[in-house]
Amino acid sequence: MLEVRGLSKRFGGLQAVCDLSLSMAEGEVLGLIGPNGAGKTTAFNLISGFLVPDSGEIKFRGRSVVGLRPHQICHLGLTRTFQLVRPFPHLSVLENVKVGALARTASVREAAGKARHVLEEVGLLAKVEVHAGELTLAERKRLELARALATEPVLLLLDEVMAGLTATETERIVELIRAINRRGVAILLIEHVMRAVMSLSGRIIVLNYGERIAEGPPAVIANDARVIEAYLGEEYVGATQG
Amino acid sequence: MDPILLGQAALNGFLFGGVYSLMAVGLSLIFGVMRVINIAHGDMMVWGSYLAFILAFRLGLDPFVSFVLCAAALFCLGVVVQRGLVNRVLNAPHEMQILLMLGVALVLENLALVVFGPDTRRTESAYGLATVWFGPIFVDVARLITFALALALSCALYLFLFRSDLGKLIRAAADNGYGALVIGADVERIYTVAFGIGAACVGAAGALMSALLPFSPAAGFAQTVTSFNIVIIGGMGSLLGAFLGGLIVAVAESLGAVLLVPSLKELVGFVLLVLILLFRPQGLFGGKTP
Amino acid sequence: MRWAALGALAVLLVLPNFLGSYLLTVFIFIFFYAYLGQAWNLLGGYGGQISLGHAAFVGIGGYTSTYLAMTYKLSPWIGMFVGGAAAACLGAVIGYLGFRFGLRGFYFILLTVAFAEICRLVVSHVEALGGALGLFITFSGDPWQFQFSDNRYYYYIALGLMLAAMGIVALVERSRMGAYLAAIREDEDASEALGVNAFGTKLAAIVLSAFLTGVGGTFYANYLFSLQPNTAFGIPLSVEIILRPIVGGSGTLMGPILGSFILSPLAEVSRAYFAKGGLSGVHLIVYGSLLIAVVLFFPRGAYPYLRGLVRGRRGGA
Repeated sequence: MLEVRGLSKRFGGLQAVCDLSLSMAEGEVLGLIGPNGAGKTTAFNLISGFLVPDSGEIKFRGRSVVGLRPHQICHLGLTRTFQLVRPFPHLSVLENVKVGALARTASVREAAGKARHVLEEVGLLAKVEVHAGELTLAERKRLELARALATEPVLLLLDEVMAGLTATETERIVELIRAINRRGVAILLIEHVMRAVMSLSGRIIVLNYGERIAEGPPAVIANDARVIEAYLGEEYVGATQG
Repeated sequence: MDPILLGQAALNGFLFGGVYSLMAVGLSLIFGVMRVINIAHGDMMVWGSYLAFILAFRLGLDPFVSFVLCAAALFCLGVVVQRGLVNRVLNAPHEMQILLMLGVALVLENLALVVFGPDTRRTESAYGLATVWFGPIFVDVARLITFALALALSCALYLFLFRSDLGKLIRAAADNGYGALVIGADVERIYTVAFGIGAACVGAAGALMSALLPFSPAAGFAQTVTSFNIVIIGGMGSLLGAFLGGLIVAVAESLGAVLLVPSLKELVGFVLLVLILLFRPQGLFGGKTP
Repeated sequence: MRWAALGALAVLLVLPNFLGSYLLTVFIFIFFYAYLGQAWNLLGGYGGQISLGHAAFVGIGGYTSTYLAMTYKLSPWIGMFVGGAAAACLGAVIGYLGFRFGLRGFYFILLTVAFAEICRLVVSHVEALGGALGLFITFSGDPWQFQFSDNRYYYYIALGLMLAAMGIVALVERSRMGAYLAAIREDEDASEALGVNAFGTKLAAIVLSAFLTGVGGTFYANYLFSLQPNTAFGIPLSVEIILRPIVGGSGTLMGPILGSFILSPLAEVSRAYFAKGGLSGVHLIVYGSLLIAVVLFFPRGAYPYLRGLVRGRRGGA
């Protein structure tokens, strides 16, 4: 359903993404990993319409989305979250999620109902009236997920939704993502918490210096010498111990 | 259109541009270091003009001498505004900073109105009416001196920013924006000095301009807007851009006054601004996009 | 709450019978500036797009209807909507240029100031619009020409305008557009990711805001019997417009109204008290100080603060 071909983006002297190709099937979970600065978030920004690629093609469900605005891409069913979560701090949790739900209905009442439903799913129903700025980090990550879910995506781009969480919190988010995926939502995942990526993803792509250096099932990636050299080594050990 | 007339207008504008450059450099410095928009800039300028006027009227000091005192006084004002007000909203949203400075602008402008009255003034200078002819074109001596002084002050500022330790710190702060400051640097002091210098620049500009053009308390906001035009046209955060932008806008206004109606000369600046905002929002000499 | 609102409305409806002509004028200005403030609030308060050039819309609206009335005898009651439409067009141009090119924050403010100044300069040079002297409306006392010998009519019209704007903004607040504006104000990129068409929403907001402000221009012209480019398009009027919602609480329905009830009498008192001594700028010094104080101590304005106080007391009891 997602077809990316020859995607490139350069910032000044830095080649952030170089000739990246990837494809995803309906309902798939694809992990995107690589060291910091490997171009993962840039790839997300390109796919979700926040940046325009220098060259390359992005097709979502058979339709080219290059040049579309982020909100148009969202309406097509592709929603992304942000690495540094960006809740609307002065709006309540419910209002935050309502904004997402309004992508599918013009009725505010209907959107509010939908938002409650999603909040129940992510376990934030008790906080509906709280201002988003007052939530804990773990709660904000859940809120970010809930807002994106409320737009009824068929493909969800998750940018490090587990960064900074404790092991228990991570475990709960992993369960949540699994549940979302079970409903048929495809997920493209950027993640540094290796155990989570390995257990969630059916397939993993490794980026380094903007280029794809490896692709395959988690078990193969974990043992790929180039990947370990470029990136996994200490991180993997660290993540397993944490 | 008579080419001599146009050439004369361009020269007058160019020489006058030194004042514009100086005021824009001050604004650009404040913005560059603190990312704060000094909406009170033009009103600070008007205070510089009034100080020069008072010094000329009471002590008989020529504005081409007293601008040093005006700059010093405005430096103090800048320090007070920075320490007392701006410092407390550095992390607030942009709109809040702008509204705060709008409040300062209202107070400064109307304080001038209450103290000096609404009448238009002009500072007397010994060189006020002197001219030198070069063939068909004349040079207004007062403008020439103003330009030379504005250029000298800008060069002095350049030397300070590029040669002195404090200046280098200020420049580092401006390059990184606040937050990503040089480690260990005394942020408070840098901000205070930068705001003070920015205010001193516009104070000197006000004093120098008071010898060339009549001014009144109500002129402040227009000067603020002109300063912003210049800074955006030149490129936000670029001191060289602000300096060159000042000359460009002054020449454009001066030509506009000849080609259109004198009272429409401001229109030229605004049209220039709208064009820049639309087609080159980073400004003529700026690298960064807003 | 509903009873309190109805009670307040009832008081405002019968109030003119007990007011002298001076107080009547004060109330007319309270309502009118609350109206303009509410129109600004839609864009600046709810949407977070600060315009410092809203006077341009007042001027365009006022000049349009007054010119049509003087030249074609078109009733200002109709002209006010033509004026509103003209202002809406200008709003669309500013919005298109500003939002399409992604001018945010300060750049947008400067664009609005630039357009207001361009309008002022151009109108000052158009002979048909009276040039720098402006247009003067001769009093005929004809209600169809928006003229009344009894000031109480202006009172009710201003009250009506204020309530109408409040109603419109309340509708927007409860609609999808309201939710979207709030999201854009909080974080434009994040809102786009959630399917919010930020450009379209902001454009709609500035058009509606400009339309309402432009309609107000007709009241402004006919109540004052004149229009001058320097006042009708001037920065001071723009400042008057933005101060009320900001002092009262921008982005809230009651903010502009509360702000106007605070500021308009304050302006009148300081004007009346100090102007006698020739100190005509004092009320603006008061404004400036108030603005500084609001930013430093009540950045969200008086209404949220008061509401917090009331809730706190209830909660504590």
